[in-house]
Amino acid sequence: MIEVNNLELSFGEGAGSQQVLCDISFAVGKNEVFGLVGESGCGKSTVLRCIAGLYDHWTGAISVDGRPIGKTLEKSHFRQIQMVFQDPYGSLHPKHTINATLSAPLKIHKVDGIDRRISGILDQVGLPLSCRFRYPHQLSGGQRQRVAIARALILNPKLLLLDEPTSALDVSVQAEILNLLAEIRRERELSYVMVSHDLAVISHLCDRLAVMRQGRIEEILDRDTMLTGQMKGEYTRTLYDASRRYDRTVAQALAGS
Amino acid sequence: MSLIPEANDARPLIEVHNLWVRYQMRYLSMDAVRGVSFSLGREKLAIVGESGSGKSTVGRALLRLLSENARITADEMRFADVDLLKASERKMQKVRGARISMILQDPKYSLNPVITVGEQIAEAYRVHFKVGRKDARQRTLQMLEAVKIRSPERVYDLYPHQVSGGMGQRVMIAMMLIAEPDVIIADEPTSALDVTVRLQVLAILDDLVRERGIGLIFISHDLNLVRSFCDRVLIMYGGQVMETIAAKDLDNVQHPYSRGLLNSLPSLDMRRDILPVLNRDPEWMKLKEENA
Ligand SMILES: Nc1ncnc2c1ncn2[C@@H]1O[C@H](COP(=O)(O)OP(=O)(O)OP(=O)(O)O)[C@@H](O)[C@H]1O
Ligand SMILES: Nc1ncnc2c1ncn2[C@@H]1O[C@H](COP(=O)(O)OP(=O)(O)OP(=O)(O)O)[C@@H](O)[C@H]1O
Ligand SMILES: [Mg+2]
Ligand SMILES: [Mg+2]
Repeated sequence: MIEVNNLELSFGEGAGSQQVLCDISFAVGKNEVFGLVGESGCGKSTVLRCIAGLYDHWTGAISVDGRPIGKTLEKSHFRQIQMVFQDPYGSLHPKHTINATLSAPLKIHKVDGIDRRISGILDQVGLPLSCRFRYPHQLSGGQRQRVAIARALILNPKLLLLDEPTSALDVSVQAEILNLLAEIRRERELSYVMVSHDLAVISHLCDRLAVMRQGRIEEILDRDTMLTGQMKGEYTRTLYDASRRYDRTVAQALAGS
Repeated sequence: MSLIPEANDARPLIEVHNLWVRYQMRYLSMDAVRGVSFSLGREKLAIVGESGSGKSTVGRALLRLLSENARITADEMRFADVDLLKASERKMQKVRGARISMILQDPKYSLNPVITVGEQIAEAYRVHFKVGRKDARQRTLQMLEAVKIRSPERVYDLYPHQVSGGMGQRVMIAMMLIAEPDVIIADEPTSALDVTVRLQVLAILDDLVRERGIGLIFISHDLNLVRSFCDRVLIMYGGQVMETIAAKDLDNVQHPYSRGLLNSLPSLDMRRDILPVLNRDPEWMKLKEENA
């Protein structure tokens, strides 16, 4: 579905330039969920932004469905790939009703049957129809994230890019959104690339995942390898140990390193 | 003269009986905390619960740090010999920071934006101990190192907007610890931290409990973390304590709300296709008999 080869990116020029991504390569199959996990600042969101066409100064190759994507944004590319952001408060326009938010992309792409599509998508993401003419501030955090997912799905994309889709949510609401994403993926045969700093969240939803550190991929492994603790990389193991529970000896080892 | 019981004293550091907090809004009022009772010894006590269940309100009520529209009532709320309900504002100022410190949920808002982080910590130290600038600076650098900041000398001179979220959180923690308080209330202290840093910060708090005998109130919604880090857990819902349980028994909790909180977290130890979500029962909101 998507192939990323040798993706590199730097910010700034000359001596002050900082390389943020280095030799990033991975492939995600049809209907596969692929995760990117790693600590703050390691470059997870930047990878998604390159795929989504939000940057144009990367080098390397990205192709979707076998077709290389250019560095300028084409409308058809935009339609196949949709992105959901972390913050369900910031990513929705506060003065637009849910109806306006969901119909805007349909209008841009001149899709017909707007009314039918909106009620269909609200149903699929588990929002009552009564939400349709409300504003974001009249919804709960979980409901807002559902709207953001509905907006991403409404153009029938093939690939969803999810950047920390649940980290602003309460644990039980997080469970609802993770279940929703799993269900949509089954029903629509979508592929996801999902980013999170939470190893448990990534391992829950993703078939395979890449562990990133300082702009590089340290290891790519499948979920069961992660859950059974059979990773090869030392750094992956450190993240795994630190994520599972509080453990004094692990903490002391970290402090000593 | 110290108000503080000796470290080998078994009396609780904090005792709370039947605490209520009501927020008064223009047209209605809301009881955010309803009849909460607990005591804190030299231990790590967790307060967990979903968003809005009243965790932060309990923490802030102890220090009387609530917004103006809040009204606190209780049969008892005491820290060592201090009656936290009746103490004058002047007395409370002495308690805050020096004896009971709170690490807040949003560190960025609690730092002064126009003073370097190092100076802020040093200043906090000088408020509590009679030392000169040079000693305060030295101690501050030690504290920054203790919270795992890599280059303390450099970070000392940064302004709050120049540090990342995780670093800001650690600066706050350093500032709280430098006053050597007897009780620390940590409100989601590690949610902005990377897992590896989080573990190290928890180890610092853990050492303070073990070695200096402080009491720690640890507010969190991460039950997996609480299970391995804390000694006891208060589980809150709708302003009430639903149950109190030893952290090691958390896996055996019976209340459906507690079970729901526990089960809804994705886990690295178990694979599930669907995560159970909370089905809130109106019964849970009812005021418990002992609180009525
Ligand atoms: N527009 C930019 N200009 C300069 N540097 C940038 C820019 N965007 C990101 N960076 C830097 O690139 C690195 C990677 O950032 P990125 O946002 O991808 O991290 P992340 O893994 O998503 O972290 P987090 O978990 O904190 O969201 C960071 O060091 C960041 O400071
Ligand atoms: N200043 C205030 N005025 C009115 N209501 C308030 C105020 N502060 C908090 N509340 C309400 O009191 C209840 C408890 O809030 P509190 O902040 O204690 O929850 P919490 O358990 O800490 O939640 P979270 O996990 O989201 O931090 C919530 O319903 C909240 O909306
Ligand atoms: Mg990011
Ligand atoms: Mg809170």
